[in-house]
Amino acid sequence: MVRVETCNTLAEASSALSARSRYIGGGTLLMRRVNYGYQGFDHIVRTREDLTSISERDGRIRIGAGVTMAGIISARETEFLAPVARSVGGPAIRAMGTVGGNLFAPHPYGDFATALLALEARVELVGGGEEDIERFLAQRFEPHTAGRGLVAAVSVARPQPGSFRYLKVTRVKPRGASVLAIAAHLNLEGTRVSQARLAFGAMGDRPLRAKAAEAALRGATLDAAGIAPALAVASDGLEPPDDALASAWYRRQVAPVHLRRLLLSERQS
Amino acid sequence: MAKTPVQFTLNGAETALFVDSGANLLDVLRRGVGDLSPKIGCAQGGCGACTVLIDGAPHLSCLTLAETVEGRTIETTAGLAGGAELHPLQTEFMEGFAAQCGYCTPGMLMAAKALLDTNPRPNRAEVAEAISGNICRCTGYEPIIDAVLRVADRMARGVRA
Repeated sequence: MVRVETCNTLAEASSALSARSRYIGGGTLLMRRVNYGYQGFDHIVRTREDLTSISERDGRIRIGAGVTMAGIISARETEFLAPVARSVGGPAIRAMGTVGGNLFAPHPYGDFATALLALEARVELVGGGEEDIERFLAQRFEPHTAGRGLVAAVSVARPQPGSFRYLKVTRVKPRGASVLAIAAHLNLEGTRVSQARLAFGAMGDRPLRAKAAEAALRGATLDAAGIAPALAVASDGLEPPDDALASAWYRRQVAPVHLRRLLLSERQS
Repeated sequence: MAKTPVQFTLNGAETALFVDSGANLLDVLRRGVGDLSPKIGCAQGGCGACTVLIDGAPHLSCLTLAETVEGRTIETTAGLAGGAELHPLQTEFMEGFAAQCGYCTPGMLMAAKALLDTNPRPNRAEVAEAISGNICRCTGYEPIIDAVLRVADRMARGVRA
């Protein structure tokens, strides 16, 4: 059995953590471990502090760590992220699962974190420090060795209309876990890509950028010929695992197919 | 084992009890309160058999830490019927053979209620989306979707039961 400690503030909760503790937000990741008798922790920490605010200032949107996927869907400020949130679980999971928790979702979950990686989000930690999301994800399961506190919020710059695209591939319809997910943030100058940031979900132990494809897209036109070099290197640097949904080989084979569909689509999917 | 006092409203009734530290809401409802309508399925959020409404929104009670429902309002299938009168969803599930083994039915009913409470005239895709977190291994889902759509139609016409 585990001991639950309820703190008034997130800062207090952060201080209460030890190597045998886990923080609980929406519970969708942690409670399954409790239910199955996972022995890696015996202390759960939670807070009464309200972490569900969403605010926008100077074109940058701050999303509290406790905002649920349903909260993302219903908020005006995060309308561009609503298709991503809708792709996560069923209605009950979306009513429970939080933005902060999604940063820690293991493969094949973490679709929302994939979108945040493409959008170059910054992770706000207790105490006011910030961390680039790519660095954060690489060390997300090492909070003590990384010396960081709990996640208070994430922030993203509002993308230009039409510059953010997202696609999730599942075997089960209408909702299922990812065979893969792709998020793309593309800035265009005329018909050419001036800047590209691509993130893949379920193609590694965490959401990963496809940096070779990003480089190949810079200066390219968004047509079949223009994106061909990027598709050729789509899965370079990715480390897809084998699982019950798909083999690593299959994921590598279909990654460029779905990237092509996303890049040539006219709108968010 | 440490116990924590928790108070909440369950199907309209004030409820107070002590829960084990780390207990999930499903366990508290079934063993603590005696409401056996939410079912134990996968205990990892995959099947939806334990779905209840918390403050009107569907939640998986197996993944809900019991002490987080302090002061909140919970609805389960046990509270759907008004005395001897079944809820329209229960009636249509029964008459439309939307339940076979019945194990998924309480979760399906609550997921459908959450939909109809916020969207009284859903289309077929919206019903499928609403139950997308609930697994049924018997019906093939079509009778369930049909039943929910019939209830929406009945409610639009003002037919209660």
